[in-house]
Amino acid sequence: MPTPAQSLSYYDGRLLLIGLLTTLGLAVAGCGAGFLFGFAVAILRTTRSRAMAPLRAALFVYCLLLRRIPFLVTLLLVFFACQSTNAGLSTFAVALITVGLIATAYLSEIIRGGLESVHAGQWQAARALNFTHWQALRYVIVPQAWRVILPPAVGFLVMFIKDTALASQIGVMELTSAGKVLGNKGLPSMLVYGMILLLYFLISYPLTRLGRRAESKLAFARNR
Amino acid sequence: MCVDEGEIVSLIGPSGSGKSTLLRVLMGLLPLDKGSVRMNGRIVDYADKAALRALRSDIAIVFQQYNLFQNMTVIDNVMVTPTKIRRWPRKEVEQHAIQLLSRVGLSDRLRAYPDELSGGQQQRVAIARALALKPKMLFLDEITAALDPELVDEVLETIRELSSDGIAMLIVSHEMGFVRKLSSKVVFMAQGRIVETGTPQQILDAPVEARTREFVGKILRH
Repeated sequence: MPTPAQSLSYYDGRLLLIGLLTTLGLAVAGCGAGFLFGFAVAILRTTRSRAMAPLRAALFVYCLLLRRIPFLVTLLLVFFACQSTNAGLSTFAVALITVGLIATAYLSEIIRGGLESVHAGQWQAARALNFTHWQALRYVIVPQAWRVILPPAVGFLVMFIKDTALASQIGVMELTSAGKVLGNKGLPSMLVYGMILLLYFLISYPLTRLGRRAESKLAFARNR
Repeated sequence: MCVDEGEIVSLIGPSGSGKSTLLRVLMGLLPLDKGSVRMNGRIVDYADKAALRALRSDIAIVFQQYNLFQNMTVIDNVMVTPTKIRRWPRKEVEQHAIQLLSRVGLSDRLRAYPDELSGGQQQRVAIARALALKPKMLFLDEITAALDPELVDEVLETIRELSSDGIAMLIVSHEMGFVRKLSSKVVFMAQGRIVETGTPQQILDAPVEARTREFVGKILRH
């Protein structure tokens, strides 16, 4: 039986690294886009003005739909949509778009819930003190909503990172596909998937830690 | 109904008679269904954002539930609107805020968060927050209703001291002793309408309307 050092050639290691970086890229893009656009979507949905009504309706449908379609179906839809436009996007780009779309839909709902959890009296006080809608959000509502948003958001993202494995279905060489290739090459499956497992853990564990730290920092009142 | 400069007017009446609603409508927090509001002789157009801003910079409201910003310390609650919204110079605002907070007896709790304070303390912070904007008029919406009996006095004492400053006040209150002593005019409301208006003596001791007599008789017997 060969030792791991003998069985893992330079090219195998390179493949694993590519897979790791791809999965990491998808995870970071998902978290980043999810939070950024999720906030934008959630905040746009808190507006009241008539002019924004069509946009609010569109965002509502977007969140409603994407959260009820399996990840894989969305991925394939985006894949074929991109193919039909002949834009020549790589499969990685398709996966990035999909990951961003899905994370935004889920996180915007979590963020919206957080914003709505802030007591109506806080809005009322801000309005009576002449805050604009944006000033109220910035100084009063969002700082309070963070504490409600963060735990479920981190929970969702940890799950979500694992789901990026589905990108292998459209041919993206991410961590799971790399494992499959190495397995097919005849490397011991236990060894290969053991390493893959470890690498997934290494990607998602720091996120959990980061979430914890942020949560304890946000506890602005000590006696709660 | 009319509140003159520096005058203290009390709104009394049974629960659900529309006292708080009236204050909220005047503040532009609820829509005005019928009638009109005049300020300095001019009709207020609540749909006009500039007019609403002007009104809200002249009038400050203190809520029954205090509604202090939970994510800010006591001093930040008082300072946030003058510095961030009005953009007044920070140094002066800070001095004024500290002065106001020591006036309401909270100079030792400047860095505390609202939920570390008792209800009475929170309500006094809310009063300081309102005064920090140097309003011409103060609305007090049942500011003692959510407080322990023991804490009621400390808040009323604060208001009593303010009343000598010449700031106009419109007060919703069930504290009849307080209403009698402080207000120059008492307005009795029932079922969303003003039933009777007069001096405290007229309304509390010799009401004309039957509905007022019934209410006053019940509330003064306590």
